[in-house]
Amino acid sequence: MAVTVKLPTQLRDAAGGAVAAEAEGATVGEVLEALYAEHGELRTRISDDDGGLRRFVNIYLRGEDIRFLDGLGTAVSDGDELTILPAVAGG
Amino acid sequence: MPADALKCKECSATYPLDARYVCERCFGPLEVAYTISDSDPTELKRRIQAGPQTLWRYADFLPCDPSQPPLAPLPTGMTPLVRADRLAERLGLGELWIKNETANPTHSFKDRVVSVALARARELGFDTLACPSTGNLANAVAAHAAAAGLPAYVFIPGDLEEEKILATGAYGARVVGVRGNYDAVNRLCTELSAERDGWAFVNVNVRPYYAEGSKTLAYETAEQLGWELPDRVVAPIASGSLFTKVARGFSEFLDVGLLEGALPAMNGAQAEGCSPVAQAWAAGTDVCRPVKPDTIAKSLAIGNPADGPYAVELARATGGGIDAVTDDEVRAGIRLLAETTGIFTETAGGVTTAVLAKLAERGDIDPGERVVAYITGDGLKTIDAVRGTFEVADIEPTVEAFEAAVEPDDRASSEPGVAV
Repeated sequence: MAVTVKLPTQLRDAAGGAVAAEAEGATVGEVLEALYAEHGELRTRISDDDGGLRRFVNIYLRGEDIRFLDGLGTAVSDGDELTILPAVAGG
Repeated sequence: MPADALKCKECSATYPLDARYVCERCFGPLEVAYTISDSDPTELKRRIQAGPQTLWRYADFLPCDPSQPPLAPLPTGMTPLVRADRLAERLGLGELWIKNETANPTHSFKDRVVSVALARARELGFDTLACPSTGNLANAVAAHAAAAGLPAYVFIPGDLEEEKILATGAYGARVVGVRGNYDAVNRLCTELSAERDGWAFVNVNVRPYYAEGSKTLAYETAEQLGWELPDRVVAPIASGSLFTKVARGFSEFLDVGLLEGALPAMNGAQAEGCSPVAQAWAAGTDVCRPVKPDTIAKSLAIGNPADGPYAVELARATGGGIDAVTDDEVRAGIRLLAETTGIFTETAGGVTTAVLAKLAERGDIDPGERVVAYITGDGLKTIDAVRGTFEVADIEPTVEAFEAAVEPDDRASSEPGVAV
């Protein structure tokens, strides 16, 4: 299943300057793994030592924070869009 | 105490003082770092006291170019610190002070953070001011941009209080209602900030500078207390930025020798309908699980608080805590503050007062303590919160009608009248 992952400006240099990337997977976690396989540097920027998300990384599936869904286990469908954004704005 | 870098609060990576807010290495938040000056505290104090009656008297501790006076078109700060003996007596407390932030130009503490963000945004070459807001920030951005002659765009949740929407549009700002809650608005602005050159989203791409404005709440409090510290602070938590920066302000004054002693116990206040930080506190973790807000305290309705983990750590480190109160307690808090101090606060101040009352009732506050509560916004901004809480007598214009309707010893009673 091909999913589009929109990257924030802060991560684009680690993905060769791309604004978005296509990746395959059945869950958010699998899509991220596919993304890391393509762009190795993204792993340490997004993921913590235990394989979870770093605490200031937000990921949205079709606009919904995946923490309100099933986290990294959230199922994705062909053509879905994931958006990665920093969590430190606002207030 | 010159600002010398932006520093990541997570991994300590440093960056130049430009328009960035996220650590590229770990996504952590960036904060302004300063070189602690070895100036004589007496000389520092003299410089402050000779400064303007605004927050810019603390320019030595703010992240703007020291070689030129900051652009400050709408004077902000030096709000009253009010001794609240009647409220203290009601709650069984000793020395209680209210920092009355309703006295700022747009009637909330947000004028402080916008003052600093605007000054720094101009230095960095931005030509437009913008923000995602729960309302108070929208008011402040619209007003300060108008005073500075800059265009402003404010993004708000579509269901915001009408008072806050009207009081934003009145300044000529472009008001954009977004279908969604604050966290959705925030996400949109985070995306937009990367696409719009020349736009300073005050609490996104220039957030490290913006956040510094809240330190002035602590500086003023200390100065108004005669260069002394409170023992305990009660302040609201939305993103956690104000809460953590108040402590930072006290701590910087300690570092340079302007104050002696230890940081006050920091007590945070949230509404139960949006209490991710209080829940994390209660669970003994600093992981703030995002929530979908449902509370009348809309100015505190941030379900995904950026500084939540730091707020929890701070409360723990200072022997404070974080409590949540119900919407009914918030309404009661607004009433309690108004009838004992003459200060009419919005729902956020109701949250703070209600948590103060809860701490007092629980016996968490020693009667010997000096307590400062931060009342961050004006009651006229959330007028619905008091609608229906009292009645207005409706009479013919005769003495008899008045005497029949209102008993002399019962002037505030609800005898015949109409609900408002």
